Amino acid sequence: MGFVSEERMWDVLQDVKDPEIPTVSVVEMGMVSKVFIRGSTVEVEMMPTFVGCPALDIIREHVSGRLLQEAGVEQVEVRFVFDPPWTSDRISPEGYKKLKEFGIAPPAAEPTALPRCPYCDSGEGMVENLFGPTACRAIYYCKRCHQPFEAMKKV
Amino acid sequence: MKFENAAQAKQNERVLTILKDLLFQLADDELTLGHRDSEWLGLCPDIEGDVAFSSIAQDEVGHAVFFFDLLHELGEEDPDSLAFNRSSKARRNGVLLERGNGDWAYSVARHYFYDLFEDLRLQAIADSSYLPLAHGAAKIRREEVYHLMHMHLWFTRLGKAGGEAKERLEKAVQSIWPELGGLLSFGLHEQELLKHGIISFDTHELRRRWTSRMKAAFSEAGLMWPGEIPEPRMDGRKGEHSEELDELLSTMTEVYRMDPAANW
Repeated sequence: MGFVSEERMWDVLQDVKDPEIPTVSVVEMGMVSKVFIRGSTVEVEMMPTFVGCPALDIIREHVSGRLLQEAGVEQVEVRFVFDPPWTSDRISPEGYKKLKEFGIAPPAAEPTALPRCPYCDSGEGMVENLFGPTACRAIYYCKRCHQPFEAMKKV
Repeated sequence: MKFENAAQAKQNERVLTILKDLLFQLADDELTLGHRDSEWLGLCPDIEGDVAFSSIAQDEVGHAVFFFDLLHELGEEDPDSLAFNRSSKARRNGVLLERGNGDWAYSVARHYFYDLFEDLRLQAIADSSYLPLAHGAAKIRREEVYHLMHMHLWFTRLGKAGGEAKERLEKAVQSIWPELGGLLSFGLHEQELLKHGIISFDTHELRRRWTSRMKAAFSEAGLMWPGEIPEPRMDGRKGEHSEELDELLSTMTEVYRMDPAANW
């Protein structure tokens, strides 16, 4: 019988990756708001990056599946909350680093500002499309290294 | 007085009624326009437009689900039934949003007018006394910034281009204008919504802010201002709708109706 602690659950949640960005965990994305332990039940409050994100059910399943592997955990409840809202400022420094490694620029300072190119770090880009392959990403083009790249939207 | 959750709102029958009416306006606007947006897939002038309209459709339908969820918590049916299983008379969307997509200029102008309205409506509920609504509004407004930027770009681009693009845009504005008043509204109960702090300003103030910001965009696009916003002949906020909504619903619910109990 393992000892179920909040700290341990946060560690374990590092194993659950964003289904659309497999190098970054849901913790590094800043999506986990609170974890409560009630005996053998773990309650996780999560903040969706976008209200209409179609990956929410998958994230819920992955979180509960992973936590249930832990000794002593018999039940997991995942709730999505909007207070406080998820903002791109919640992505951790580690999350920023891993996003870049995956080829996605971290969010710019403002929705109208240009993100830095994840390949050559140049700030001289242009907007290709404010909408990309997922709700939370936009597409840019780097004028220095001539690469198109994606960036997390600043929200 | 603040209403922290559904249970508290349910204790005041009048508040419950007017709150639900507002939520149906929000949900039905988003679902109807989201469906129209999705119809552009594969037909936009460029691939970026296709990706943009699909992504915007996903956002709008997602927002509709959020508002339907709030209605469900307040005792209405589940979100799928609310989206797919209500008659057109029960719908509260502005008539403008149910109209067919027309040409690119019509779709761009309508969406831009809607996005600016939505930005203001979300401001009006940002400090709502119904806290679950206030929280959702804050989140949704951050996403809508991108819709507004995209549609502003296209609206002014078509106007500045002159020639056929500008002519079509002018024609689109003319056909939208008579139906605009039915969209820029909080419906039948706005004074009570104000009194209970569910919204923080009324239709009059909303239209004043909308007009002031939209006039700047018209001037940037080189378009003439069409004048006062007239009251609509058909008011979607009262459940009055065109045949185009019935056609839209028939298409949108085709799969659902085959087996309403199916688990997708």
